[in-house]
This record gives sequence, C-alpha cells and structure tokens, in this order.
Amino acid sequence: MPTQKHICIIGNGIAGITAARHIRKLSDHPITIISSESTYFYSRTALMYIYMGHMKFEHTKPYEDWFWAKNRLNLVQALVEKVDFSNKKILLSTSESIDYDDLILAIGSKSNRFGWPGQDLKGVQGLYSIQDLEAMEANTQGIKKAIIVGGGLIGVEMAEMLISRKIKVTFLARESNFWDNVLPLEEAQLIEREIKKHGIDLRLNSELAEIIGDETNKVVQIKTKANETIDCEFLGITVGVSPNIDFLKNTDLEVSKGILVNEYLQTNLPNVYAIGDCVEHQNPPEGRRNIEQIWYSGKIMGETLAQTICGNHTQYEPGIFYNSAKFFDIEYSVYGSIPNNLPDNVSTFYWENKAANKCLRINFDIATNQIVGIHAFGIRIRQSIAIKWIKNKNTIASVLSELEKVNFDAEFSKTYFSEIQESATI
Amino acid sequence: MQSFLRLISAKFKNQLLFKMKNDGIFHNQLTSRGLIAYILGVFLVGFYIIVYFFPELLTRVIVLFDPISQFLKSKPADRWFMYGVLYTIAIIVMGIRMIRKHWGNNYQVFRTGSVIFFQTCIAFLLPELLSRFNMPYQDLKNIWPLDYYFFFDYNIKAKLAAGTFGIFMLGWGIFLFVVGVPVMTYFFGKRWYCSWVCGCGGLAETAGDPFRQLSDKSLKAWKIERYLIYFVLFFAIVMTITVLMTYFTGQQKVFGFIDSGGLRSIYGFWIGGIFAGVVGTGFYPVMGNRVWCRFGCPLAAYLGIIQKYKSKFRITVNEGQCISCGNCSTYCEMGIDVRSYAQKNQDIVRASCVGCGICADVCPRGVLNLENLPQISRKIS
Repeated sequence: MPTQKHICIIGNGIAGITAARHIRKLSDHPITIISSESTYFYSRTALMYIYMGHMKFEHTKPYEDWFWAKNRLNLVQALVEKVDFSNKKILLSTSESIDYDDLILAIGSKSNRFGWPGQDLKGVQGLYSIQDLEAMEANTQGIKKAIIVGGGLIGVEMAEMLISRKIKVTFLARESNFWDNVLPLEEAQLIEREIKKHGIDLRLNSELAEIIGDETNKVVQIKTKANETIDCEFLGITVGVSPNIDFLKNTDLEVSKGILVNEYLQTNLPNVYAIGDCVEHQNPPEGRRNIEQIWYSGKIMGETLAQTICGNHTQYEPGIFYNSAKFFDIEYSVYGSIPNNLPDNVSTFYWENKAANKCLRINFDIATNQIVGIHAFGIRIRQSIAIKWIKNKNTIASVLSELEKVNFDAEFSKTYFSEIQESATI
Repeated sequence: MQSFLRLISAKFKNQLLFKMKNDGIFHNQLTSRGLIAYILGVFLVGFYIIVYFFPELLTRVIVLFDPISQFLKSKPADRWFMYGVLYTIAIIVMGIRMIRKHWGNNYQVFRTGSVIFFQTCIAFLLPELLSRFNMPYQDLKNIWPLDYYFFFDYNIKAKLAAGTFGIFMLGWGIFLFVVGVPVMTYFFGKRWYCSWVCGCGGLAETAGDPFRQLSDKSLKAWKIERYLIYFVLFFAIVMTITVLMTYFTGQQKVFGFIDSGGLRSIYGFWIGGIFAGVVGTGFYPVMGNRVWCRFGCPLAAYLGIIQKYKSKFRITVNEGQCISCGNCSTYCEMGIDVRSYAQKNQDIVRASCVGCGICADVCPRGVLNLENLPQISRKIS
C-alpha cells in the first residue's frame, strides 16, 4: 500500500471531477473537491436546455447524488479565498482552512468584460455558471427585447435560449462575417443565414461602445461604436471567456493569461497541478492553442493528471484536434486543421447542398494531396474514420472515393455522398 | 407566378411540417408532472377500470360505435370494439403529431408510419374483418407471451375448428416466437418489434411520446426493472405450461395441486389487466410512456435477452464528442442512463433499449447512432 496523500481539487467541473474519478479508480488517497458554484457536479453544457425547458437541473447531473459518498469523494461547497502555497493550505471564505498534500487547480473560466461604461448594470450578464442561469431567468422575466454582444458559440446559444421564450433578439458581432476569426467565409455565411432564418436581427461589423441604464440602474439601451442606439431590456455579453485566476495573481504560482503548466500539467510549484479551462500550456501539443477551453480537453487533462498523481508519469496528449458545436438546427464538427484563411500550401474542396444549409469542406496539402482537415455542417461525421484519414495522411482522392464510410447520420437519412463525389469530379 | 407558388407551398410546408423542439416541456404542467398531468392520469386509470371491470357503465357509449362495427363486421359493437377504435384513433392522431415533430428525420417518420400501419391494418381492421367471415379473431402481429391468451383452450379450439387458415394462424403464432423473434432480433435488435410493430409500443411511441421524459433513470429503478420483468416472463411461461397441460390432459389441477384456471385468471387480472392496462397506460403522465414495456412485458424480456447476448444492434458512440449534457438520458423512455455510456465512449447495449432513436435525435453533438454491425465490433468495456 503506497503512502496516502490528501488530494484537494478546487473546481468541480468536468476537469476536476474527471481527475477525482480516475484518481479514485487508481488509488485510495483521500480526495476533497471544493466548489463554490454547486454541491454536485453538473454539466454546464446543458445550462441552455434548462432555460429552454428541455431539462431540469437534476437531469444535468451525470452522477446520482449517492455516487460521491460511495466513492469516498469528499465534497465541500465553499469559496476559496486564497491558497497558502508555502504551508499547503486552502483558505475558505468561511475562514476555515483545508490542508493538502497535492493540489489540483481546475478553476475554469470567467466571462470576459472589456470595461464598457455601464457593464455592471442590472440586466447585463454573461452565461457560464448556474448563478448566471438563475440571473438570466430573473433578468428575462416578461421582457420582449434583448441584445447579445459577441458572435461566438455562447452568443448563439443565448440567442436560441431567448427566442425559445419569444424574446426578440438583436445580435451584434464585430466581425464582418459571423465567427470569421474561426470559420472560412462560406461556413460563416451559412451560419449567418441560419441565424437570420430564426428571426434574429444579426448586425455584423458592430461593436458595443456604451451601456445605458435607467434610474433604477437597469439596462435600457446600448450605443454602438458607430453611434447607433438600440433599446433593450436585457444585454447578454458573450465575448469569450478567460481563465478564472484573479485570486491566484501575485502569489508564488506562475501565471500569465492562465496558470502556466508543462506537458505533465505541473505548475512551477511542487505538488500543485492545473487542468481544464484555467490552464495555459507553455508548450502546447502540436496543432493546439496554448489555452483551449474545450469540454473534452478538460476531460483528457483530468485523466492524464490522475495517472501522474498516482505514480505513472504521463504527458498530456490530446491527439489530432477536433471539436463540435450546434448553431440552432445545424450541427457542426471539425477534425484536424481548417483555419479561417487558407494557408498558401493548402488547397480546399468545398461542397454545399442546394438548400445551402449543409456543407462539407476538406483541406489538403497542395504538394502531397494529403488531407489536413475536415469540416462538416449539417452532416454527422464518424470521428474515428475522420481522425484516421488525417493521421494516416490519406489523399483527397482516396478520401473522396470512400466518403460514405465517414457518414454518421441516422438510418434512412438522405445521404449526399454521391452528390459530393460528383461535384468533385467536375 | 411560379415563384409565388413556390413561396406559398414553402409557407404551407413550414406550417404543416416542422421539426418541433422540446422547448418548454419542463415548463408545461402536462408534461412535467403538474396538476393537469395527475388529473389526466386519474382519468386514464378510471377509464381502464371501467372498460375492464364495469363495462355496463359504458352501454350508452358503446352503442355509439355500432355504425362502424356494423359496417366492418355486421355485428353490434362491444366494449373491446370500442376500445380498439379509440386505441387506433389515438395512434393515428398522435402518430401524425409524431411525424410532424420529427419531419426530416426519416428513421422517426418511417418508424411512426410503421406502427400506424400495423395498428390500423393488422391489429384492428384485419381481425374485425376475419370475424365478419367467421374466422377466429387474431391479431397476427401479436406474439406470445405478450399475447398470453394465444394458448388458451378456447383460442386453440377456435383455430383448429377454422380449418386450414386456423391451423396457419396457430403455426404462424408459434413460428413468430420460435423463429421470428430470435432471427429478427439478431439482425436488427428488439426495435424491429417494440418500436416498429407492437401495439403497446405503438401507443407509447405516439400517444405516449409527450411523456417520455418522465421515466425514472436511477440505478434503483433499473434494479426493480430487472426483478419485475423477468418475474413476469417466468410467470407467463409457468401459466402457459399449466394451461396447455390442462388442455392436453383435461385435468384442471396440474401436478395434482396447481389450478391452471386459477393461475390463468390471476395472470389475466394482475398482469394483463392491472399492469399492462391500468398502470401501463394510465400512468403515462406520471411515470412515462413505457412503464409496461420496461417493467412488465414478458415479450420485451425475451426480446431483450436476445438483444443483449446475440445481436448486431447497438447504439454507437462517436468517440470523444459527448459533452455529458444529458439530453439523451432525459428523453430515453426506457429510463436508460444513455449519457453514462456515451461519456465514456462505450456503445449502448442494453436489454431494455427499444431502439426508438430519440437519444440520437436529441443529441446536440451527433454523438449517438443506432447501428447493426457485426456483434464483435460492439464496444462494451
């Protein structure tokens, strides 16, 4: 029996909980998980569905409440005020403290704010936590008009939430095409059509300048940088998230935008590790950004770190990049590399259906014809095949010839693969 | 002009056929166990109790069905005819709603079309027409042991008396559970029956669809399910064997002490009446639409054993894409915690899965897919 150590995890999101579960699988170390947000782990990806009435909060909990005690995972709902790294002590806002041997920081993100005048008015908020959802529920009671600022994934989710309650939405994005800092032009335009189809007033090239409130400090209007004013009763701010590390600044812990870690998810301090959204990789794995706020990245980091903590030193290796999202009714997934602007050495194959709400893009190297990335909108893609093709450096011709293998749409769905293949030969 | 017509037809199509979402389901009293749901539950339970046990209260209602009955079989309506008509109308009307809701998802559209067809033509019209021509009344898609009266003496006698066609019906019924069930389930999973053909399943998938999210997903419910459903299967087999022994030997008491007639009426009352009818359908608005199929149906138990141990069917999980949101588990009518498999990239192979395909439909990341592939490729650990 190896010696026992008390492992404290701050944060009960997907990264922290995955680490805890895997450490429990591998060892008998006492584990304490601290969160101020919720007693039990829930899936924040489902917040929108609670608002829309698809689910109740209890449905978002991936494990039943008895699971934690049964697996000797000690849950503490409290706010961490400070970490005393030299004495290995966590100080809670209740002025209690918890001693640790190993500390895992899995503290997630917070919504960005860019210092706009009026950004703390009532009815102005982001969407990240249960508390945000509760605020949104209260802030949107009986209202008719809302504005969302920031054209990304959370912005689209918020728009979908609001229109499900018959609230009119004006959607401001500073990009000239929707999410075009990530998407190529065709895909950006496809999503723009989808957003407008749902009755949303999408305004591109539009930036927030000022938020105006009434005498009760409630938002009533915004002003854009073009000096345009728009009335609203609610303002959703979805201009991205960043690591939630304010309480760790000016400590011995090395941070930049996020908590700096090496390939083993170790920070500069011994026995202190960081995983999930709050992490900034000093040497990010190939094809990945240094800060990557993706559900499965947090999950893989948690699994990886559990190995290291239980004595099996393991590097973080998330593999070939992939991700998925949903824009109203259009599912989107990406495998490998599809940058918004085509690099000089890469060529692209693009197909769009006649209704212009589904597309498939395959990027390939001009010199070798080997594929480097796949983009699909409105078509479900079998991940294992897509990743295998990219890993094995299959050529565009061979991929197109066996395209139906990558299909993951439901049985009896209309398939587009022969149409896609035909369009490729012209 | 042409573009104007196109515009009109597009508008019309949008009005009639649209992909309904699950917006507001848990804000609605009816679909989230509110007061209205309980009132509806009491009404349905009351309706079943009256139809089964106090039909005389319905005399004036039943005569309203005489014209249809006279038209179909030249006989006045009885309570079962009335029940059959109402049951079929429920499946047709709510089936059309289901098709509207899932327009664009062909699996759902075809499957719903299939249950409407089997209920209307095979379960309702065909037996009524058979009885018009003095043939034995038999729903040719119903299979023992769900069809627990298949081997009752009066049914066997009626078929034997009906000549070649009667013998065919007897043989067909035996063929279905000896050969049909294992072969079809091996290739397609139990869904070929439970969510494409079956009448109980048909009602659950159409009239019951608004209540699918009410099934209990807890581990405890799964334990109760396993005890209960295999007990009912065992009971159905024992009851049938004793009834057949009485038929062949003429002895009322089997092995000298088991009263087969008594066993038969206990099964008929408690399982066939109370469990399948009163609880199975009456509790839709409170416990979800598959209470009978999940906890009680002996045929589902039999199909499930084959599905689990000898079938190409599984729900495939698309590698690492699950975001644990829980839509799949919430909308699983059989109370399977689909997410618990999806989030660890394990295929879903469960005896109870009826393959309705709704988990795959509600998944916002396209993680789930119903597939028939070689059994060896199922990823179950």
